[in-house]
Amino acid sequence: MDQPPSLSSDLIGRESEMVLFEVERGAIRKFAEAVQDQTPACVRGDIAPPTFPTTFRMTIPGLTFDLARVLHGAQEYRYQRPLRAGDRLRCQMRVANIYRRHGSLGEMTFLILAMEGLDESGSPVFTATTTAILR
Amino acid sequence: MIGPVLATRPDSDLDSGSVLPDLRKLPITKLQLVKYAGASGDYNLIHTDDETARSVGLEGVIAHGMLSMAFLGEYLCWLAGPESVRRLSVRFNPDLPRTRQRSHRERRRKETSARGVDGESACRAGHGRRSGG
Repeated sequence: MDQPPSLSSDLIGRESEMVLFEVERGAIRKFAEAVQDQTPACVRGDIAPPTFPTTFRMTIPGLTFDLARVLHGAQEYRYQRPLRAGDRLRCQMRVANIYRRHGSLGEMTFLILAMEGLDESGSPVFTATTTAILR
Repeated sequence: MIGPVLATRPDSDLDSGSVLPDLRKLPITKLQLVKYAGASGDYNLIHTDDETARSVGLEGVIAHGMLSMAFLGEYLCWLAGPESVRRLSVRFNPDLPRTRQRSHRERRRKETSARGVDGESACRAGHGRRSGG
């Protein structure tokens, strides 16, 4: 099989557009129900569960890869405060790093994506760091 | 809605060295995976379509790693309250079986401070580990 071209480290630093996401009560409730999260504030849709920013889907121009070859290696969220229904968050994602490692499965490419969410006054609310492993 | 099976809530005073209680979740069903796909926007068919999963060498659909992480998010909210979660960090083990009973015990560095809770975990859900009691 042909190997797809591996990601160029030239992509490091590349950013998505700034996207406004509104945290909707119904979306929180739907997420909590899917997880069967019993946290009362999440069931009511008042406060978003800690992994809720996974619903904020973003793309970075020029960053494409074969989904079938990707493993989700790690994920981290950090919060200044929890996300609440009605929040309007300006989010941006950037390629924080790309590096290659030799492992038991052969050469793997590690892609680190960092998302930051700001409130309407520009204060940071959360960050999300995704480690994707491309085989 | 059938909720998770919660053990007794933890004592309000958790100290370094405290053994944390388990959060037990019901077995993951295909319906739950379909709901999670819709709620999260992760429509990768290896999580919802057996044929697609088999075409990439899996025995069948596998759960979203992020669903397991969401269970840990619920766990932190349960331990500390949803206002207090400041950090949640996991590493994923690949190929989680879909139907195993899950039991999460936090065996990790855990810091409780005035700012809140800081949790870090290697996510090992799906290995069938259960606690006593």
